[in-house]
Amino acid sequence: MASTFLPAVGRIAVCGGTHGNELSGVYLVQEMERMRKEKGDSVWPVPVITVLSNPQAVKECKRYIETDLNRCFSSATLSAPVTDSTPYEVRRAQELNALLGPKESAGAIDLICDLHNTTSNLGLTLIHYTTDDWMTLHICKYLQARATNANQTPTGYPLYETTVYVPFVFVCMCVLTCVVVCTFKKKITRVPVRVLVLDIPISAAYSLETVSKHGFSIEVGPQPTGVIRADIYEVMKEAVDLTMDWIKIFNSGTVFEGGDIEVFILQKSIDYPREPSTRELIAAIHPQLQDRDFCLLKRGDPMFLTFSGETMKYEDDETLHPFFINECAYYEKGIAFHLAKKRKLSIPRMQVQKK
Amino acid sequence: MSSSINTQCSPGLKRVAIFGGTHGNEMSGITLVNMWMKNAAEIERNGLVTKPFITNPRAVEKCTRYIDTDLNRAFTLANISAPDVEGMPYEVQRAREINRMFGPKGTQDAYDVIFDLHNTTSNMGSTLILESSQDLFNLQMVHYIKKAMAPHTCSVLLNEHPQLKYSTTRSVAKHPIGVEVGPQPQGVLRSNVFESMRTILKHALDFIELFNSGVEFLPCTVEVFRAQERMDYPRDTNGNITAMVHPHLQDCDWEPLSRGDPMFLTFDGRTIPYEGASTVYPTFINEAAYYEKQQAFMTTCREKLTGNALRKA
Repeated sequence: MASTFLPAVGRIAVCGGTHGNELSGVYLVQEMERMRKEKGDSVWPVPVITVLSNPQAVKECKRYIETDLNRCFSSATLSAPVTDSTPYEVRRAQELNALLGPKESAGAIDLICDLHNTTSNLGLTLIHYTTDDWMTLHICKYLQARATNANQTPTGYPLYETTVYVPFVFVCMCVLTCVVVCTFKKKITRVPVRVLVLDIPISAAYSLETVSKHGFSIEVGPQPTGVIRADIYEVMKEAVDLTMDWIKIFNSGTVFEGGDIEVFILQKSIDYPREPSTRELIAAIHPQLQDRDFCLLKRGDPMFLTFSGETMKYEDDETLHPFFINECAYYEKGIAFHLAKKRKLSIPRMQVQKK
Repeated sequence: MSSSINTQCSPGLKRVAIFGGTHGNEMSGITLVNMWMKNAAEIERNGLVTKPFITNPRAVEKCTRYIDTDLNRAFTLANISAPDVEGMPYEVQRAREINRMFGPKGTQDAYDVIFDLHNTTSNMGSTLILESSQDLFNLQMVHYIKKAMAPHTCSVLLNEHPQLKYSTTRSVAKHPIGVEVGPQPQGVLRSNVFESMRTILKHALDFIELFNSGVEFLPCTVEVFRAQERMDYPRDTNGNITAMVHPHLQDCDWEPLSRGDPMFLTFDGRTIPYEGASTVYPTFINEAAYYEKQQAFMTTCREKLTGNALRKA
């Protein structure tokens, strides 16, 4: 099988605090800066820019000051002229685009990992924008291969009911003629790892990670806003560490075999039932749906429980996978949960382009 | 039904208030109070006025804990008795207004009972908060609620520590009760948490109705957790936290914490153990709103409070 060749990964950015109250990324970026001071830049395989994306929002521990920063990175918004009434976050987005981009240009940084938390029971979810960015999809496949229980749907809240540590994971990518990648890892991701693809053209895509040539968001939950949980922090740190490992291995010439990767593709969203005149909620996510992100939602399954005790059911014929169930920032966006289709994408064998 | 010389006879209760939105991002209470303001049938009881009320409407509108200052710390004597002045923080103005409507605090005209509805990001389950160990009415009420909720656990937190107790919104009433249910993130409404809080209120109002009808409540014993000490996060010289609640302590509200047990985990992976001499029972572990109040968790000790029999005079 022919390989796809891509240039070595040069510079990357790790961004935290894109939403100022999603604390794992804020503290992880801080910790990475401390490590850089203590051990120097060689602690990572390539030059890393660590960024606190929305410093004012971080200071106030709020999602945003005037407008959601992670909706400001479409090409149109990035090129809009700045006036006195331009919101703080739009100015900041243009600053970040100058630092890490410009978006869709040859000078853009190679990879952005944007760190997020969610109040939804998403485990570790890698969010990406297209179905044909092979590098990003290979990184996602690498991370996914290192989860212990990728197919389990955790139940209950809080998420982590057990504290069993599996000391080693043996991952073997054996092929006919190529290099075997065997990795012993002392710590592994102890949560399900899923890949979510928002199939939107890059120029219209509005998130920070679309500024670089390749990029994805690392979304870990459940965690309340304004809270840092050690278990959630550890999962995010592992995801970043594994991404660095991948970059090192890729840059050194390792061949990554092609194959299938299972992804979830966003289809649509469903809002809460609301009072028509006041838009106030009249129901909450049904207890049988709450915390069951990425499960199957079939016609007739409970969706909402009204305050007067009535169960509202999913009525569509198409069975889909709900996710971002009960994310607190989405109440104002009119989203109770999103729905996705599961798909297998084929990704080609890939290796670094030799100079 | 017989009266003993140890039965306390108390006057019947006439006015009860149910407060939601003291913190504008704690959604169960806000949703319940808004619902009951539209249709009060569920909270009506014979011979009783039950008033649902949103205490901090501006904070609720912005879905934020407070606008200028924490309303649930604003009911100090200084705040509510000071002369009117321009430029008072919003919540201080609100405290004065609430004191006029439901108090005045410490007088005979004050509301009989106020339930103040709260959520927490901590794994406290259903918790009732008392401000005094000497309030027999409240003690009998929590005893009744606990029994009615079983096998669902309802913990009782007693905060009458002189340094730790604070001037709550509910303290305006003769019998203040805090209702705290978690874990729930700020700004989120979870169905199970909402329904637990609703059920607690139902039992509480049933108790008051039974009391008013002349039922005698027998002497009771209630296990409570008495607030002892506030434990802060380790911080650097700039005041930034340098460690997180340890995974072994996270979500373990009301469980014993003994000397040597893991307490915090630094960002670079070092465990900091609990060094206290005696076993404590932490609560409010990792509450989002308490980072700025320098509290990672509160320690408590277990105690049994006993109450005499009680009936209406």
